[in-house]
Amino acid sequence: MSSTKYILGLFDDPDEMMHGIDKLQKNSIPIYDVYTPMPIHGIEAKLGIKDSRLGYAAFMFGCLGGTTILSLVYYFLGYDWPMNIGGKIHFALPDYIPVTFEWSVLFASFGMAFTFFYATHLFPGRAPRVMDLRATNDRFVIAIDAKGNTPHEDITNLLKEAGAVEIKHNDRKYVSYE
Amino acid sequence: METHNSFNEQFEFSGKAKTYSLIAIAIGVLAIALGFITGAVERTFANLLLMGYYFTCVCIAGVFFCALQYAAQAGWSASLLRVPQAFAKVLPYAAVILILIIGAGLYFTHPILTEETHQHITGPYLYKEWAAKAITTPGTDAYDAIIKGKSGYLNIPFFFGRLAFYLIAYSILGLLLVKYSNNEDELGGMFNYKRSFNLACAFLAIFGFTVPLFAFDAIMSLDAHWFSTMFGWYNFAALWVSGLSVITLVLIYLRKLGYFGWITADHLHNMGQLIFGFSIFWTYLWFAQFLLIYYANIPEEAAYFYKRWEPEFQPWFWFNLVMNFVAPFLILMSRDSKRSVGVLKTACIILVLGHWLDYFMMVMPGTVGPQAHWYTEIGWIEAGVFIGFAGLFTFLVLGALSKFKSLVPKNHPFLQESLHHHI
Repeated sequence: MSSTKYILGLFDDPDEMMHGIDKLQKNSIPIYDVYTPMPIHGIEAKLGIKDSRLGYAAFMFGCLGGTTILSLVYYFLGYDWPMNIGGKIHFALPDYIPVTFEWSVLFASFGMAFTFFYATHLFPGRAPRVMDLRATNDRFVIAIDAKGNTPHEDITNLLKEAGAVEIKHNDRKYVSYE
Repeated sequence: METHNSFNEQFEFSGKAKTYSLIAIAIGVLAIALGFITGAVERTFANLLLMGYYFTCVCIAGVFFCALQYAAQAGWSASLLRVPQAFAKVLPYAAVILILIIGAGLYFTHPILTEETHQHITGPYLYKEWAAKAITTPGTDAYDAIIKGKSGYLNIPFFFGRLAFYLIAYSILGLLLVKYSNNEDELGGMFNYKRSFNLACAFLAIFGFTVPLFAFDAIMSLDAHWFSTMFGWYNFAALWVSGLSVITLVLIYLRKLGYFGWITADHLHNMGQLIFGFSIFWTYLWFAQFLLIYYANIPEEAAYFYKRWEPEFQPWFWFNLVMNFVAPFLILMSRDSKRSVGVLKTACIILVLGHWLDYFMMVMPGTVGPQAHWYTEIGWIEAGVFIGFAGLFTFLVLGALSKFKSLVPKNHPFLQESLHHHI
């Protein structure tokens, strides 16, 4: 039993990498993930990655922001310290729509940013988890979970045939840990 | 995925669409005739103005759509440009109809009560607040000092001159954009595209400066004592959202008939995004106009909303916000709903009706005033005139579309980008 955890195929051309994905899929080899230095059109559909649910998080945070400020304003100006402003009723809703809008946007954007950080483990100060350092530079990396995908030589050969410039058998999942 | 699109296919205007649009026109004519016969003359005129304006605005939105795509050098929309181009081809008819309605409304008179001085005088059916005879002559019953002060701008010859200028300018520039696109089909090359780009920039400059004035003249001057600088952009937002909704509806309908096979969920997604975004923009302008007047509460400004808060109008006033803000906001927010034909179609129908209600709220309280109940505000005259103009629009637009030799600008430089559009 080899100690290889992940097999990485490094490509220097995005088109060859896309063909590599085709080739692996044709041979029913499940792909763990693909790392590229830039976004590649149509890759999500090819890998069957589900649409991001970040938008739902943004909506919920927006609702939370709007509710928070409306409750606060109601407590301040409708209940705790009512003031006569221009002869209007104390809780004159139209006056507080702009601030509700602003807080909804504020909560939605901050909430979305923090959700993104949480989902991707990208907190400030934390070393990012990277499977191959050159994936952020000039290599297009296909990662295959080595467990259960045997024999490893076949996968290596497939990647080579597809035009991988380098193939790595890594014993650790990430090259960087915090 | 279909790889061979037949770009030489022409649209054939026949069958159900033709029959139903002619029936709708007949219903409209009947409603207008009955409106005049049964004595609801002012209400019929107000409805004619409303729908004439709506019809013109949707056609102008077609020209604006084309111009915007050219000026932005947008690629995604190249394969659907024939639809807004058909709107542009109908604009001259819409303009003539609008001018005829306004001319007739100003020419025919009836007894009215003046707004400021409460005198019984004779005034026209449309624009009675500023266009009544002798309203600017001191000493007469009709005299109105406020209107006198505005008469340097609001007088009939200058009013017609301005309207004619806007409508002729928009029509000619729109027709030229269509002509260049047809030339491009014949000749190929970049010459016509470059000309279209320059023309589109010129149109946008003219349009940007004149479309608020168009709204001030055609609609805001119905409440001539009142003014709002937001009104022009507020009307532009309504024009653009309703125009986008109608373009989307026409595309969905033509796709159902088997044309425009190259229009994918991605194109509809883009249309949905524009509709969603500009519905929020409409709400922003609607609310900005409302909030400033509500907050300051100056009588001469608040008069506008006072009329719209009469018990007969108030339910419709709030329903307007539901249809044009709450509905598109909640329906079109998610990505999936913008990509679903059924959901997008529903949202577009809500918005087309919603912006009718929006225009209704701008026109009716200042012209006809309240009816007996809130639910009799919208009756058979409103429905009939709306159906008539919808039929006329369908008939003219589909007729104009069938005259194109091809349903796609074949030699548009961005055509391939549009055919492979993917978001």
